[in-house]
Amino acid sequence: MLQPEWIMGLVGGLIIGAAGALYLLGNGRIMGASGILGGLVDGSGMASASERLAFLAGLVALPAVAALIWGAPDTHLTGDWIVLIAAGLLVGIGTRLANGCTSGHGVCGISRFSMRGIVATVFYILAGGLSVMLFKHVLGVI
Amino acid sequence: MLRNLLAAAAGGLFGLGLMVSGMTDTTRVQGWLDVFGDWDPTLAFVMGGAILPMLIAWQVAERRQRSLIGTPIPARAEPRIGRNLVIGSVLFGAGWGLSGLCPGPAMAALSYNGAGGFVFIAAMAAGMLVAVPVKARLAAAA
Repeated sequence: MLQPEWIMGLVGGLIIGAAGALYLLGNGRIMGASGILGGLVDGSGMASASERLAFLAGLVALPAVAALIWGAPDTHLTGDWIVLIAAGLLVGIGTRLANGCTSGHGVCGISRFSMRGIVATVFYILAGGLSVMLFKHVLGVI
Repeated sequence: MLRNLLAAAAGGLFGLGLMVSGMTDTTRVQGWLDVFGDWDPTLAFVMGGAILPMLIAWQVAERRQRSLIGTPIPARAEPRIGRNLVIGSVLFGAGWGLSGLCPGPAMAALSYNGAGGFVFIAAMAAGMLVAVPVKARLAAAA
């Protein structure tokens, strides 16, 4: 019954959690992708710029090396630039307004039983479900 | 130096975990949000797997108070569920569903996502900049 993708999901999830644990216990930081990047983009996190850059360098580089060795997985990313730009803008504005995304609110927030993290996760999952329903099943653009 | 090394290691592990788990595959993410279509439960396994090590990490962190490099463990955010948290999470979720990308996987897959991956990140960064005046306006209106 257990699909191989689910097992890979669990294994990958454990690695993600280990990364978050390392960043928390090693650096005293919450591993939130949107916050780490956003602080560099809007300049609010310049005091810890080198730490942020190091994190992002690892985040981009290790999958790149893994893709060279084992081959890149298929991402099925849309080629529609309008969709990409609209989605990117929404994700950028939304995560900074909410102060977190799937990693910060989801992984790190829920595991701390943070009410903000739990509420954020409920709302972005609901909105995500509605978005897929609207753009896939109603409008048929994705 | 140790701070940056740890950050790069955490970022690298995070990226590897996202790649292994299948979360850089946009159809897998959209499949999880697609409750009216062919629902894909993989993301739940990823979340569950990621939360497990983080549960332990938070226990250790709150007991030790300080990280390995001596920085304090981030204080718990106020449990206030503000308008920004809800509006931001809804916007983020809409973009997440539309593209199948959130900030972490978008960066992890940058090396194998083609031009579209860069377009998404550029739009996301622009959105993060737009969030600054939006936040100020929302605060002024409150």
